[in-house]
Amino acid sequence: MPIDKFVTIESTYVPLPIENVDTDQIIPARFLKSTTKEGFGDNLFADWRYNKDGSPKADFVLNKPEYKGEVLVAGKNFGSGSSREHAAWAIRGYGFKVVVSSFFADIFQNNSLNNGVLPVIVSEKFLQELFEAGIDNKVNVNLKEQTITNLGNGKSESFEINSYKKNCLINGYDDIDYLLNIKDEIASYELSRA
Amino acid sequence: MASKTLFDKIWDMHEVKTIKDGPSVLYIDRHLVHEVTSPQAFGGLKERGIKVLRPEKTFATPDHNIPTINQHLPIADKISRFQVDTLTKNCEEHNIQLFGLLHPKNGIVHVVGPENGITQPGMTIVCGDSHTSTHGAFGSIAFGIGTSEVEMVLATQCILQPRPKTMKINVEGKLAKGVTAKDLVLYVIAKLTASGGTGYFVEFAGSAFRNLSMEGRMTVCNMSIEMGARGGLIAPDEKTFAYVKGREYAPKGADWDAAVEKWKALVSDADAVFDKVYNYDAADIEPMITYGTNPGMGVGITQNIPTLESIDESSRKTYLKSLEYMGYEPGEELLGKKVDWIFVGSCTNGRIEDLRVFAEAVKGKKKAEGLTAWIVPGSQQVEKQAVAEGIKDILEEAGFELRQPGCSACLAMNDDKVPAGKYAVATSNRNFEGRQGPGARTLLASPLTAAACAISGVITDPRTL
Repeated sequence: MPIDKFVTIESTYVPLPIENVDTDQIIPARFLKSTTKEGFGDNLFADWRYNKDGSPKADFVLNKPEYKGEVLVAGKNFGSGSSREHAAWAIRGYGFKVVVSSFFADIFQNNSLNNGVLPVIVSEKFLQELFEAGIDNKVNVNLKEQTITNLGNGKSESFEINSYKKNCLINGYDDIDYLLNIKDEIASYELSRA
Repeated sequence: MASKTLFDKIWDMHEVKTIKDGPSVLYIDRHLVHEVTSPQAFGGLKERGIKVLRPEKTFATPDHNIPTINQHLPIADKISRFQVDTLTKNCEEHNIQLFGLLHPKNGIVHVVGPENGITQPGMTIVCGDSHTSTHGAFGSIAFGIGTSEVEMVLATQCILQPRPKTMKINVEGKLAKGVTAKDLVLYVIAKLTASGGTGYFVEFAGSAFRNLSMEGRMTVCNMSIEMGARGGLIAPDEKTFAYVKGREYAPKGADWDAAVEKWKALVSDADAVFDKVYNYDAADIEPMITYGTNPGMGVGITQNIPTLESIDESSRKTYLKSLEYMGYEPGEELLGKKVDWIFVGSCTNGRIEDLRVFAEAVKGKKKAEGLTAWIVPGSQQVEKQAVAEGIKDILEEAGFELRQPGCSACLAMNDDKVPAGKYAVATSNRNFEGRQGPGARTLLASPLTAAACAISGVITDPRTL
């Protein structure tokens, strides 16, 4: 599935000041029965977002219309647990293009990048300031410069991403294309081990 | 030659190339596939018009989304049935060995791999499931991957992967009576927290791990991911070789001898440098139980839930949210608290040794009144062995029932859901909110502790049995 080219994003954000948000919260297992990548956004954070009868829980942030944007800002250790890529599909499907946290779980980080969702690691202080800012506050995420700016207080931080993945996101390349292009090298590796 | 860790040795052997300022291209020896995380990957191959490159290195079994009763009947849930049928169809189309429902080799993917000799020392093993780390018990690099990565491996037998840092967790000494592999790993996770291993690949070293059976080592490596680690491994030894020998997909004859020679070199060099090292004393460990909503929230069973003051100020909000979900107060004692449900099974503790321990402990006793227990074998072979060894009879006499193999209530994708608000002592690996069903409250523990709780109906120290 082709991923969209990542461009600089300036957006309000949805704050989720909870630590250790695991992939079972992002998308509970009972929603993993689909054989496609579509439709998971409707069940993003399903157990926090909906009552048993399917009605929205008024106090959950995704149900508050004043909070919107292409950026999700969450507490540390976001995406721990299951390797389900459905978590990244749900986040992308909902419309988020960036997740900001002070710490991400490894598999989730890979899965996000493979779906054109950029995980941005910031300091704990930067994160707290985002949580404390007003509803209309915005962030600017510039992948080319590898910077994130809190537009409310003007503070900026740089974030890390390896240049291979950065290039993939900016150009919309995916890893499978890369691997298919080095088929000969893989074949000679196999021969060398035979 | 520079000294290397066991992890480095295996990784380097499998590196096809490294991308400058990017990930490694890692060759994969074994790819395990199940019904939930693979359909979109096969779909991707179809869109590209390509076939699986090395079907002989790929093995499939449905496990996550299958019922654990009446497996001879068509799966009642139509969407689940379609997902399982899709796996069958994809395996047929790509010529992949499938251990379908009721096949004598069907079961949880991480139980099936080792018991058939598919898992071997020195290999790279991946699967679209985070508990793939289980296979590290054999001295292999095994880790869970996402579906895009499943597609990469199907298409090219390779994966792009950033090289993790290395960590050694050394536990010396003898585990006390009533303290098992599960307690050992829950203790380590409680020390490191649920994210303490993130970015690392762990080697478990020291006599406490060496003295474990292969089943025990699998339990430990299985839960590496619960401390956030990419995976965990244990250097193979005679115990490992004896376990693998004679299993269907293991090397035979002269190939076996040659393989063992190679496997004997799979140790970290004495002066190998790890990025991080932790040392613990086995004597400090008592039977463990979790009280919160991540596997790092565990304590010795005789201890109290930590007080609010003992938690970092910035984490208190999350801590209170977690305890509120569990219906517990900070500082409370755990012993004697009500238990409604028991789940024995999963890739963590659904092997024959686990059923033996549970059966031995409940033998001649009776299940507590009002308590529901699901005892789910990890595979068809485990089920068969449990029947042959008389475990099924012991369980039935004590009021328990042995179900059919599958992931079951570990992730509650099928009908095996613990009702909202109920307390389940589970031998599985995750106590996340809603993991065992919306609103269900999970307490992770060993099969032995689960047995003690199943008899008394309350949280019970298994050493008092």
